[in-house]
Amino acid sequence: MIEVRHLRKSFGSQKVLDDVNLVIESGTAVVIIGASGGGKSVLLKHLIGLMMPDSGEVLIDGQNLVGLNERQLLRVRHKFGLVFQMAALFDSMTVEENVGFVLDRERKLTRGEIDRRISRVLELVDLGGTQKKKPAELSGGMRKRVGLARAIIYEPEVVLYDEPTTGLDPIVSDSIDKLIIRVQQELKITSVVVTHDMRSTRRVGKTIFLLHQGRIHVTASPEDLFASTDPIVHRFVNGISDEKQIDFTT
Amino acid sequence: MIGLAKSLVVEVVDFAGAVGRLASEIVRALFVSRINWKDVVRQMHFIGVKSQSVVLITGAFTGMVMAAQTYFQFHKVLMDTATLAVVAVSMGSELGPVLTALMVAGRIGAAIAAELGTMKVTEQIDALRTLAAHPVDYLVVPRILAILIAMPLLTAESIFVGILAGYLVGTQLLGIDPAYLWHNAVRYTGIEDIGAGFIKTFVFGGLIGLIGCQKGLSCPQGAEGVGKATTDAVVFSSIAILVTNFFLTMVLNRLLD
Repeated sequence: MIEVRHLRKSFGSQKVLDDVNLVIESGTAVVIIGASGGGKSVLLKHLIGLMMPDSGEVLIDGQNLVGLNERQLLRVRHKFGLVFQMAALFDSMTVEENVGFVLDRERKLTRGEIDRRISRVLELVDLGGTQKKKPAELSGGMRKRVGLARAIIYEPEVVLYDEPTTGLDPIVSDSIDKLIIRVQQELKITSVVVTHDMRSTRRVGKTIFLLHQGRIHVTASPEDLFASTDPIVHRFVNGISDEKQIDFTT
Repeated sequence: MIGLAKSLVVEVVDFAGAVGRLASEIVRALFVSRINWKDVVRQMHFIGVKSQSVVLITGAFTGMVMAAQTYFQFHKVLMDTATLAVVAVSMGSELGPVLTALMVAGRIGAAIAAELGTMKVTEQIDALRTLAAHPVDYLVVPRILAILIAMPLLTAESIFVGILAGYLVGTQLLGIDPAYLWHNAVRYTGIEDIGAGFIKTFVFGGLIGLIGCQKGLSCPQGAEGVGKATTDAVVFSSIAILVTNFFLTMVLNRLLD
């Protein structure tokens, strides 16, 4: 279980997270939505200890990440896989070296077993046969799939997705959504997706958190969220901008 | 003016602190993590083998110029045969280590900062951290070990080529008697001169690696950030080499005399 308590984070004078509280139960699929630049990715990076808060707590199965040093955090991060917005593949390595990175370093499996697991996980993300390609030879959607394969090969308990469909066409976005659902169901993992793609939100999420002005404004099921009459929620899910923001006459 | 001086002091102290923290993390990594020797060898190839041309040209032409300049001055007082002794002592204790270090700082320090900086801005460093790999263990330790092994070898090569080039210029172009030239070089070049050079080269290698890695890992966002980190790595390494050289010369001369 992931629990965030009274999380605050500022960059200079800009307050990004202001008393964020949330609980993510194991085995569920949650989506965190919010405006661009609203702190979603910052919140996600706090869940895995890539960023430390100014105050507050992040509890992973009861263990507080805040205050742990980098080496202690490495042990906790074994429970997580993170799919980066721009994939963050190691550009000097091939697809198979990227995907097998953790297994190669752990040295617990034989070369043959590692190769078999790489093939299996690449099949799962529909990228069989791309082992020898370099990241530069792949499209944006393929890079995200390789990033997902790299994140799930060591069977983490939680997979975090940072804007997985941003910058992709609707067809590829749809395939990524299906993939997230398939991975979650087949591996029985917890999925945490950060996005502002409402179509993905409706399809992937069982619980939705709306982050607004640094706080969790609403926690709801997809049905309740899309039926909400709360003006902030309504405007966000229907993509209606604030009138004041588009008034060019003043 | 005082404000500028203050901010400069703060920046220097801040930077020295960051380099110190990185150095302590490297020492810890040497004890708690497994060293990837394959990567160390790959880095040694990049740092050592690929720096050959730069180091050989620098060493050779420095030795040749030293020999010519020394001869032109010594010839006035009929001390032609002491020419190579001056070249050997200078190359061994000062010019070999310092010029090799400056050339390596320009080539390797910049390359390390650019590579790690690009990895930082494209989130590859964060990806390493999420994959339970400490960036210091995986990226910094192999580079530091490689440069500490490669630098003395490059410096030895530079000194050898410099002395050889000085000998050839002295005997073939300036007409100095080869036997006396060599005899005086051996007579006046002490082991302490070469020893001082090798101690310096370890320190310079460590500085280039540390500063390059620190600048890369703390690279600001964007292409401009990578450019700044690269430039800073070369400038800070070069200044650190020149300043450290003075203090090392003073200390080592006292210790080795």
